[in-house]
Amino acid sequence: MSLKIILLAKQVPDTRNVGKDAMKADGTVNRAALPAIFNPEDLNALEQALRLKDACPGTTITLLTMGPGRAAEIIREGLFRGIDNGYLLTDRAFAGADTLATSYALAMAVRKIGSFDLIISGRQAIDGDTAQVGPQVAEKLGIPQITYAEEIRLLEDGNIRVKRRLERGIEIVEGHFPLLITVNGSAPECRPRNAILLQKYKYALTPTELQTSDSRFAALYTQRPYLHIDEWSVADVGADVVQCGLSGSPTKVKKIDSVVFQAKESKTFDSTDDAIESLMVELINNHTIG
Amino acid sequence: MNNLFVYLEIDNGRVEDVSLELLTKGRSLANRLNCKLEAVAVGSQLDRVGEQVFAYGTDVLHLFDDPRLLFYTSLPHTAILVKLFQDEQPQIALMGATSIGRDLGPRVSSALGSGLTADCTSLEIGDHEEKKDDKHYKDLLYQIRPAFGGNIVATIVNPDCRPQMATVREGVMKKEACGGNPKGTVVKHNVADYVQDSDFVIRVIDRQMEQSKVNIKGASIIVSGGYGMGSKENFQLLYDLADTIGAEVGASRAAVDAGFAEHERQIGQTGVTVRPKLYIACGISGQIQHIAGMQESSLIIAINNDPNAPINTVADYVITGDVETVIPKMIKYYKKNSK
Repeated sequence: MSLKIILLAKQVPDTRNVGKDAMKADGTVNRAALPAIFNPEDLNALEQALRLKDACPGTTITLLTMGPGRAAEIIREGLFRGIDNGYLLTDRAFAGADTLATSYALAMAVRKIGSFDLIISGRQAIDGDTAQVGPQVAEKLGIPQITYAEEIRLLEDGNIRVKRRLERGIEIVEGHFPLLITVNGSAPECRPRNAILLQKYKYALTPTELQTSDSRFAALYTQRPYLHIDEWSVADVGADVVQCGLSGSPTKVKKIDSVVFQAKESKTFDSTDDAIESLMVELINNHTIG
Repeated sequence: MNNLFVYLEIDNGRVEDVSLELLTKGRSLANRLNCKLEAVAVGSQLDRVGEQVFAYGTDVLHLFDDPRLLFYTSLPHTAILVKLFQDEQPQIALMGATSIGRDLGPRVSSALGSGLTADCTSLEIGDHEEKKDDKHYKDLLYQIRPAFGGNIVATIVNPDCRPQMATVREGVMKKEACGGNPKGTVVKHNVADYVQDSDFVIRVIDRQMEQSKVNIKGASIIVSGGYGMGSKENFQLLYDLADTIGAEVGASRAAVDAGFAEHERQIGQTGVTVRPKLYIACGISGQIQHIAGMQESSLIIAINNDPNAPINTVADYVITGDVETVIPKMIKYYKKNSK
């Protein structure tokens, strides 16, 4: 049995290194000012997809991402690790999308890709931590979902068994395709890049990237169709432009505040025995402790 | 119509704290909006849910009781909320930012085309101007949440779509019973009107859940350690102090990420929010996301060898020194003077 898997992945700003210019005046993220990485839990999801591919020869993995032109980087990264092809949803009209508008666009692109058995993605992206897009896509496509997956097993009867990692323990559930699964960060890490694939896909480019790249790649690009990373616009996936981007987002950022705490007047002690003893006596006498 | 709805998480007939916290918040928002507070219970054997939620001021309890709903799965709960919300047209719907609420909320919002804000740390009511269209909106739900590692706080509104949906983590809101609502009514719904057999496609085969061993939220004294504790072994000092003075041990995110303490001890925006009468911060520098989770403590003691650590700005007592020196002395002088 071979599977058709679609991996939803996102290029995210590395929120561990946030500078002052991280937000724009309209309250949306200034992505250009931050280093961009493959969302960590999407890599956990990629590993699960690759394991299914190992177990079921003939399985194909298609990566679907939405973002600016440079998000093609994570499609190349996916190709280096074993996906078969990828699509970049990119259009100015997608900009400023909240999770609902994002899931609408992704669901339309999934329909354009066509048939699938499994959609898989990370539980959440580190730039928003919402964990909303996976379930929202599943709802729009009318398929069931299993979130917080840590381990995915294909059973002999064709059903799929998933171990979910929840707050207080684990849950084992079973379902069947078609299905959407979101993968938890506690699942195994993604395997590294494969040297042969790295050579093969080094010059995989989107049409936009091709225009600005070295002209000697052009010939190569025409000879080798697997180097083509397709870009899709709103029109390409047949989406309604009003339901995309800012206009398709029911949530609006009203304002952004920097966090400021009310400073208190504090009493300072050093670590001498006398100082610590006087503090403890004070805490006991005013019944804070004891 | 147009009331405030809270989705209840129920374990073995017991309403979870996160839902009671939301009812507490929901009650005060409903008073402000002059609307009713309604709760939705989906599960099996829900006889005792009413008494639990009416104590928190619930006006109407919607019951969906069916043996097939014993364990949560996405589709049946989604189907119930979507139809109930279409019929009842709530203006606000709140749920826990738990593995259930974060699985269910997005599906419901996607089906209804309404906005959902995850992990709110504060909910308020206020007006909103949409300058582009010159529109004025009255009494919207301000959904306030941290972003970018807690460095900024965003206020989100849903001007046009209903319900305005938000999730909140356990321990962020206060849980406070309000003496009970004698006029609370129960509406029993026929589950078959809401759910189809095909919604039960995902089957729960096995569950291994354990009760949390740590009760950070309920502790009146917390001894909390940060990355500055240096090692997991040094965290033992915190347990020693906690045992001596009757406290629970907490940790900052940095300490949890470094493996010094378990995740369930984490205090801050991505852990629990605590309000003990005494909070002793040991080797915690005081990142914004940590301070946001403990600043409402009645009394704060900060122990740090950096006299300029940010945590000191919110502390009542600052001890400048090495945790390895200070904590044993605290234990010694507590024992000496406590009799």
